[in-house]
Amino acid sequence: MKRRNFIRNSLALMTPTLIGGTPIHVLQDHPLLDSATLATSANDKVLVIIQLSGGNDGLNTVIPISEYSNYYKARTNIAIPENKILKLTGNDATGLHPNMTGLQNLFNDGKLNIVQSVGYPKPNFSHFRSTDIWMSGSDSDEYLNTGWAGRLLNNENPGYPDNYPTAEKPDPLAIQIGSLTTLTCQGPTVNMALSISDPSSFYNLIDGTDATVPNTNSGYELSFLRSVAKLTNQYTARIKAASDSVKQQVTYPNNYLASQLKIVARLIKGGLRTKVYMVNYGGFDTHSGQAVASDTTTGVHANLLKVLSDSIAAFQSDMSGLEIEDRVIGMTYSEFGRRIKSNDSGGTDHGSAAPLFLFGKNVRGGVFGNNPNIPATVNVNDNVPYQYDFRTVYNSILQNWFCVSATAQTEILTKQYPTLPLINASVCGSNDKDSTFAKEALIYNYPNPFTSVTKIEFKTKGGHTLLQLLDGSGTIMRLLVEATYNYAGMNSYNLYGSGLPTGVYYLRLQNEDKIYVKPIIKM
Amino acid sequence: MPQTPQSSPLGLNTYQGPWQAQQVKHLLNRTLFGAKMADINYFSTKTVVQAVDELLNVPTTQPSPPLNDYTTTNVIDPNVPLGSTWVNDNTVDGTLNFHRILSYKRWLISNWVGQERNIREKLTVFWSNHFGTETEAIAYPTLIYKHHQILRINCVGNYKQMLRTVTTDPGMLRNLNGYLNTKTAPDENFARELQELYTVGKEGGTKYTEDDVKTAARALTGWRLDANFNAIFDPARHDTANKTFSAFYNNTTITGKTGANGANETDELLNMLFLKTELATNICRKLYRYFVYYYIDNNVENKIITPLANAFIANNFEIKPILKLLLQSEHFYDTLYIGCQIKSPVDQVTGFLRQYEIAFPDAITNTVDAYSLYNNMLNQLVSMGQNPVDPPNVAGWPAYYQSPDYNELWINADTLPKRNKFTDLMLETGYTKNGKKIMVNTINFVKTISTNPADPNILINDLFSFLVSTEISPTLKTTLKSQILLSGQASDYYWTNAWNAYLTVPTTINFNIVNTRLKSLLKYIMNLPDYQLQ
Repeated sequence: MKRRNFIRNSLALMTPTLIGGTPIHVLQDHPLLDSATLATSANDKVLVIIQLSGGNDGLNTVIPISEYSNYYKARTNIAIPENKILKLTGNDATGLHPNMTGLQNLFNDGKLNIVQSVGYPKPNFSHFRSTDIWMSGSDSDEYLNTGWAGRLLNNENPGYPDNYPTAEKPDPLAIQIGSLTTLTCQGPTVNMALSISDPSSFYNLIDGTDATVPNTNSGYELSFLRSVAKLTNQYTARIKAASDSVKQQVTYPNNYLASQLKIVARLIKGGLRTKVYMVNYGGFDTHSGQAVASDTTTGVHANLLKVLSDSIAAFQSDMSGLEIEDRVIGMTYSEFGRRIKSNDSGGTDHGSAAPLFLFGKNVRGGVFGNNPNIPATVNVNDNVPYQYDFRTVYNSILQNWFCVSATAQTEILTKQYPTLPLINASVCGSNDKDSTFAKEALIYNYPNPFTSVTKIEFKTKGGHTLLQLLDGSGTIMRLLVEATYNYAGMNSYNLYGSGLPTGVYYLRLQNEDKIYVKPIIKM
Repeated sequence: MPQTPQSSPLGLNTYQGPWQAQQVKHLLNRTLFGAKMADINYFSTKTVVQAVDELLNVPTTQPSPPLNDYTTTNVIDPNVPLGSTWVNDNTVDGTLNFHRILSYKRWLISNWVGQERNIREKLTVFWSNHFGTETEAIAYPTLIYKHHQILRINCVGNYKQMLRTVTTDPGMLRNLNGYLNTKTAPDENFARELQELYTVGKEGGTKYTEDDVKTAARALTGWRLDANFNAIFDPARHDTANKTFSAFYNNTTITGKTGANGANETDELLNMLFLKTELATNICRKLYRYFVYYYIDNNVENKIITPLANAFIANNFEIKPILKLLLQSEHFYDTLYIGCQIKSPVDQVTGFLRQYEIAFPDAITNTVDAYSLYNNMLNQLVSMGQNPVDPPNVAGWPAYYQSPDYNELWINADTLPKRNKFTDLMLETGYTKNGKKIMVNTINFVKTISTNPADPNILINDLFSFLVSTEISPTLKTTLKSQILLSGQASDYYWTNAWNAYLTVPTTINFNIVNTRLKSLLKYIMNLPDYQLQ
């Protein structure tokens, strides 16, 4: 027998399938691990990140019912009719797109947290740059060449990848499905994620099919090279075994996102000790025709949201059925939201802040934050200003889900950020003080509109307090107050209008975990 | 899916088909170490015959010799200053010779990377493998240099002439103990390899006998080295009896000779060996495996090997004519053979450096830095399993002779990840010595090889057609475009905008937007198994 055939046959014995296409790619020198003993560590926390590529239109996803008339005025050609908006139990001010019944049910079951207006200062409107900012966790004008999850995993596995896998960490630290390696899991030296680099290869692995090669000598050698490449990936056998061990799952809808989430569910249940899973769903760049004019509840964006909502609902139901929902949460994000005002081609252009979903049994159900204010008159360039820096959401996950120490949080995010009460305090045994979000108004100003000066009064509960002036695009124009108060009460600030062009501005107050945004008008 | 290697029914007729980038690259991949874009463009304007002629036209001028790159406060070379050549200075100082051998290997890599548009470097590697000397066996760097210079100078010349020179080359005399071969204690080492490897060979049941080995050894007795490492013939050590060979050699007798005439027996022995057609067949098979593919069935034997061997004999063992026949043949350009060769580590590393036009410091004016960076490449080659001019045994690298796997032997679960790590590293950090850095410049690279890097479809097509020799599925190309260059966006203009934004305003952030995506894309392509083929 040719040695090659021996390799091929023995490979077939070890794992009954060959990966087609490109192998899952991990750069290490270790032999294949024994796949006989898959770990089942029920305490390991898992985060599933769903990236919505393209910039999701937040205002048609989570609809500000309390602002409905201005909302309708700003985007009449795509506005969702008020009577079609899905209601949220216990929250009349905010509703969901009619196609999102799945998430509506999750919300009503207390398993969905809607974080309002998540973004960052000085928003960047380039897909690439803003995606990099979200993935790296950098400031808008800062370049970080590592990812936030990469720094988390590196913090816990400082020597990676040398001598990995280990007995305690026998599995990929992170797995990225349906997309090539991204910045999110880039560590200081290598990417910490095992990337299912060729989307078909992963399904080939799971399904046991093989990719074709041409009928030439080149094809002959290619199949040899692929068989060796498969041998070099020590994780393949564990992934395959984990996937195979799960026999029964709920029915998932038939779409690209659901098929990725279905595999994630199997891998988690199958015992992989992988901490972070990333899946990707694209097409949210809806510059035109995002809704059908004759029925704005239908169209491209409606279809995207249906896929998103149904897929998450199926996944969450699977988590429950597989009895692993205690240790899994999910988060959606998009590189930015879209403009408040729709354009004439029935779409929306690149915007800034947008809502973000956290789901899972251990997230705190509810709407976190206020509806974005929508002015009566909206210019084409007006944007939803951010209430929550996306890194405060990351920080909350680090602290309250992965139970990372305060020091490590700062290292991972490169700066200190507040923690928001988004996750059940019991997970990390933390003592969450401020469990409810105050809906009371924290900023008043008079006169409004103003020309030369307006007096701002803002309420603080003490502690670190930040008052910023943002323009319509969300860019910080002025830092008005940054102070640490040792008392609770009202404070004031006189804002002078000289140097400010006329238009809509936002006052943004951040006091510890409380955030409040109020629009004002300069005449 | 192909279950076995296949052979082409086409023979040695001159190729008449299309002469496009695919064929040009195929020829250059096999005759150079990888191809630069400018090389492909240059030979595209020629005909296949012109291209082959030009590649076989090896210059008579030789590269300037290796230099002292090793003098430090701890390593003193009394005769050769830093930056000067040591090739004329024999020494028995083990420390110096250790450093000189490294210097030789670093220099060798510099010649490969800086090769001109001819077959010399690629063919010299073939002959080095053919004669299979090891630096440890030769031991003296001056002799190592001399030995390989014989191969370099004669690479497309006359094989008989080359073999005669090698037979009494001081390096070879040391390598296979020829210098210890005396009438009282004959050493058969060279006599055996002379027949088994350098001439008639043993593939296909060659019938020379064990006695023929002993007899040939006796004919070769008397050669030794003088105090200056020159080969001399010492009649006192020569066996003057007659040497009679087996029926395989038609019972030829070499009449024993005395005095200086004893040396003529070496020529008579070679004359006898060159009468055997097996010699030409053996050499032609080896050349075919090196330049085309390892798989030789009856069809290849009849269509290629036999006519090529006949031409070798008819041309009195001139090498150039048979390489010309082979490299311009319709057999060579059959699509069956395009991209079917697994790159050797030297092909992989040197080819990579040339494809990306990685610029090293000047080896003559900046010897220490340049040689240090070439040493990084040397370490890569060693880790991938090919320590240059140090094959694992006298037969050379198993990847060139070991049936049935041949060049598949380069690839295993240890070496394949190392190849991927190397290309990853050259994209991420590269190597630095005294502020001189060698690494991939993604922007310059795509500008060089793509007709329109602003268009993601064109860019990906251009990258694949330049970097790999296999067909890549449209699905994968689309996936790579969307996942990497467009970061999941649907519209091509997002890449176009990012590229144009960088060209217009090359800020750090604009650079990084483009550079990180290009790096990911290039890493992906070079981590494909396809990149291991040429």
